[in-house]
Amino acid sequence: MSAKAKSKLTPEQQKATMTRVLQKIKPYGFFVVCSLIVAAVSVAAQLYIPILCGSAIDMMLGKGAVDHAGVLRIIYEIIVVAVVAAFAQWLLSVCNNRITFAVSRDLRNAAMRKIQTLSLSYLDSHPSGDIVSRMVADVDTFADGLLMGFTQLFSGVLTILGTLLFMLQQNVPITLVVVCITPLSLVVASFLAKRSYKYFQSQSTVRGEQTALVNEMIEGQKVVQAFGHEAQSLEAFDEVNGRLQNVSLKAIFFSSMTNPATRFVNNIVYAGVGLVGAIYAVAGGITIGQLSIFLNYANQYTKPFNEISGVVTELQNALACAARVFELLDAEDQTPEAENAAKLVPDGHVQIEDVSFRYLPDRPLIEGLSLDIKPGQRIAIVGPTGCGKTTLINLLMRFYDVNGGSIKVSGTDIRDVTRASLRGSYGMVLQDTWLRAGTVRENIAYGKPDAPLDEVVAAAKAAHADSFIRRLPEGYDTVIAEDGGNISQGQKQLLCIARVMLCLPPMLILDEATSSIDTRTEVRIQAAFARMMQGRTSFIVAHRLSTIREADVILVMKDGHIVEQGDHDTLLAQGGFYAKLYNSQFEGVET
Amino acid sequence: MLRYLSDYKRESVLAPLFKMLEATFDLFVPLVMADIVNVGIAAHDFHYILVRCGILLLLAIVGLACSLTAQYFSAKAAVGYSTGLRHALFEHIQTLSFSEMDTMGTSTLITRMTSDVNQVQSGLNLFLRLFLRSPFVVFGAMIMAFTVNFRAALIFVVAIPLLSVVVFGVMVITRPLYKSVQTRLDRVLGLTRENLTGVRVVRAFDKEKSEVDRFEDANELLTKIQLHVGHISALMNPLTYVIINLAIVALLYVGSIEISIGGMASGDVIALVNYMNQILVELVKLANLIVQVSKALACAGRVQAVLDTKPGMEFPAELTGNVPAEKADDAVRFDHVSLTYKGAGAPSLSDINFTAKRGQTIGVIGGTGSGKSSLISLIPRFYDATEGSVEIMGRPVRQYPRADLRGKVAVVMQKAQLFGGTIRSNLLWGSQNASDADLWAALETAQAAEFVKAKPLGLDEPVEQGGRNLSGGQKQRLTIARALVGKPDILILDDSASALDYATDAALRKALAALPGDLTVFIVSQRAASLQHADQIIVLDDGRMVGLGRHAELLESCPVYKEIYESQFKKGDAQK
Repeated sequence: MSAKAKSKLTPEQQKATMTRVLQKIKPYGFFVVCSLIVAAVSVAAQLYIPILCGSAIDMMLGKGAVDHAGVLRIIYEIIVVAVVAAFAQWLLSVCNNRITFAVSRDLRNAAMRKIQTLSLSYLDSHPSGDIVSRMVADVDTFADGLLMGFTQLFSGVLTILGTLLFMLQQNVPITLVVVCITPLSLVVASFLAKRSYKYFQSQSTVRGEQTALVNEMIEGQKVVQAFGHEAQSLEAFDEVNGRLQNVSLKAIFFSSMTNPATRFVNNIVYAGVGLVGAIYAVAGGITIGQLSIFLNYANQYTKPFNEISGVVTELQNALACAARVFELLDAEDQTPEAENAAKLVPDGHVQIEDVSFRYLPDRPLIEGLSLDIKPGQRIAIVGPTGCGKTTLINLLMRFYDVNGGSIKVSGTDIRDVTRASLRGSYGMVLQDTWLRAGTVRENIAYGKPDAPLDEVVAAAKAAHADSFIRRLPEGYDTVIAEDGGNISQGQKQLLCIARVMLCLPPMLILDEATSSIDTRTEVRIQAAFARMMQGRTSFIVAHRLSTIREADVILVMKDGHIVEQGDHDTLLAQGGFYAKLYNSQFEGVET
Repeated sequence: MLRYLSDYKRESVLAPLFKMLEATFDLFVPLVMADIVNVGIAAHDFHYILVRCGILLLLAIVGLACSLTAQYFSAKAAVGYSTGLRHALFEHIQTLSFSEMDTMGTSTLITRMTSDVNQVQSGLNLFLRLFLRSPFVVFGAMIMAFTVNFRAALIFVVAIPLLSVVVFGVMVITRPLYKSVQTRLDRVLGLTRENLTGVRVVRAFDKEKSEVDRFEDANELLTKIQLHVGHISALMNPLTYVIINLAIVALLYVGSIEISIGGMASGDVIALVNYMNQILVELVKLANLIVQVSKALACAGRVQAVLDTKPGMEFPAELTGNVPAEKADDAVRFDHVSLTYKGAGAPSLSDINFTAKRGQTIGVIGGTGSGKSSLISLIPRFYDATEGSVEIMGRPVRQYPRADLRGKVAVVMQKAQLFGGTIRSNLLWGSQNASDADLWAALETAQAAEFVKAKPLGLDEPVEQGGRNLSGGQKQRLTIARALVGKPDILILDDSASALDYATDAALRKALAALPGDLTVFIVSQRAASLQHADQIIVLDDGRMVGLGRHAELLESCPVYKEIYESQFKKGDAQK
């Protein structure tokens, strides 16, 4: 039972979504038409076989009264119809598989292409888990639910109509018995569904509570043991566990009543058909063969009913999922590149002219920022958390576009050059140590996939990563797991540094590049950085003030503004905000 | 693992039995209907027909009652079982030592406790309900067929194995394929996540195009295998449908011959066809059951593996051995201690020697991965030294019962971990019967009294799970207070002051020094400033002790220490 409460769509939204879904299915129109045709064939054939059986039974009236030739003829007919039905069933599945899997593949590919061009403001403001679930879970639910649901609905409705038609043709009163009692199973099923839904809801609440507790206690297991708190935490666990037992029992029991209950209704229909049918048979209104057809249909008739009730919610759910996928596909892209965007030939000269920027329209962050950075200069940006240091980097890399003013590299506005050439001019190491699932070597060579091993090793050595890489089980071929669980944060950062060392573009951005590395290693890396920065315009964001002292210009930022600007000694002498920041770091040393 | 079912023996026996009863009643239905046709209709006997239909209704009602009873019992047994299993698992995990927990990983353990146990529960529930019923219906139908007509029943004998081969064959072929579907789906998932979290790097390196190609390749692989599996599974329904209809055709043929010689009536043919249809439904259910149960068994195996993991460490029940007089003053002594973690290639600590006297403050310093945390985690015996011996208060750590040892040594870990509850409930972890005055004293020392006082509810201020509602520095200070509440002999601060600003850090050290009694304090830090006043500083580099002494001595004698110090304090002076 999917108790997932997806937001329901308004009828207009449903219609709009449906239109787009049809567009996505359009390339596979041939398969859709095939699927509908074979579904109809399969339903008709499946309904026809009981009729053939009935006629055969009518040819066996009793001892010595059997029309052998007739029975044999019908037998051949049944075989042919069964084979046709089976073939149609198989084709139906094949067509549906083709449509379903192809449409979900197309949607995923479209979504991935979309991700590469999405504006960063969208990506930064949407949790990645949400986007992943749109791309994977929602696409699946949509494809399964909508397409499978659709064919199920189609063949279900056909079955019901066909059965009704056949039955009405044979005998009206018996048909009425079936038609009147069958809906009872829907009533019972929906009653039970409501009850069990309630219990499932409380089950998932308690289960969530338990999972949270388990998470907390197992993650904190070392603390639990350090304080000898085992007995108390077991007690707390048992309390939740007991509650879960009670509510789970109810939820499972109620939901498991559905099948016996619908089977019960089915049996009543069967008995009813038997009674009315037998009476008519006695009266000569129908033959035994016809009675057998009714009995057979009575058994089959409830099935599509039960299926259809499920399909409707599934379809709604699928549409809601589709809408979520389309929402992603429609999200705002980054500004397209100018048509005649040139390739940037960087000389290291960066001009920031009267730049203003805000993430949210009503909250100005950077206002009127101007700076002229000579080639080869080292710019350090310091300030408290949230002051806009990283924002400046977002602007330099053109992850975000400025709202006012301009940024120029080599005298050209960065909006007039290709993003690839702009970003290729910077080597970037971020605090967020992203590595891909793959080998160490692949990661270091990310920007230069065809680099020979000795170059990779040289880069690793420069980043002081070589010694720890060698100690890994497979050295440079060690596979780093997706979450990077097998190496430490500091080691990841070293790999990120090595990745940049390998490419060495003409300008550098180091955003808290050494935050997870101990100070002693950091000092060594600083030396490597210093070599790297020689002659390269570099931007350094750092927490530790010791790492930025050698900068040519230190920008002290506070609330999006540059409050002070100058080199270390000048700023210290000024006795302003920077001096305060710097000295706070060493309080306690002189005590 | 079955012993957790022992409390539910009655339910686990009754559930399948009642299911079988229900199936039996179901099996009578076609026979009753055959009677209606053969006797009632043939003899134009309305009364007979009415009674037989009454019987059908009765069978339906009794069947429903049986089935509901069975569902209840099986739900009760399955839920009860999983509750017991979860309890046992939780209890067991608590006895595991750090080394086993590192090997298994917390996220694995959490999955075992939650989704794996849930899978086992639903597998068991399904098993109790269906494992007797489905085979019973299949074979019951065949036996019923024999009671109707021997020759016709032989058709069942042929049809059942044929159907089974198709149903189970398809299942056997597709199962491993579904596994590779999952693997490829995981790959697609992984690439998606990767591209989202690494979007800045991807764009900085201008890799958008190659990332899309990579993704599309993985996606195509997924689609291919999905289609492959889909086509194979698509065979099951049509094949079984053809077999069933061939069997029905055979029944009609045999029936027509039997009827013409008077061996059978037409109602019997209807009954036989009905049985044939029932068999198919149950075989499909059985195949599903097997899939579900084998999934559940896989989960059960993983749970079992956790339960089978023996705690790698044993603690004596009582404190034994005497303290030699010459060691009376020792708080902690490391004697040629080495530590190699399970599965690690190289030792994390090698040949560490030092003695900390009671009341001393010991600093531990070194780079990331130099072995600082490893060193201090040997003191409360979170791990056992692979070589050499660790002594506390003059006795080897292995001589202490668990509770004694952990009462003597309090550790404040690097990651400040608080638990859902109140500030008070968290502090009481240190000692269950601490008075409010004790708590405040500990808070005072930990520099936390001020902010706790400022909270509207003081000690009773709620703490969310993981302490999310507190700042890093507040959490850190509360964990220090929690450790102090237990009045330990040895206090270990594992880089615990990292979230504190320098002034608070200094005040904390001052307050610790002022505590009455001879508390021995270990301070692990990356900041040389925090350790300057320690009685001894242990300098670690790559798991080896490269320096031991006071700040001033080490500046002279230990190049590593000097390097660390200078990396942090180059304030204004000349660089190296």
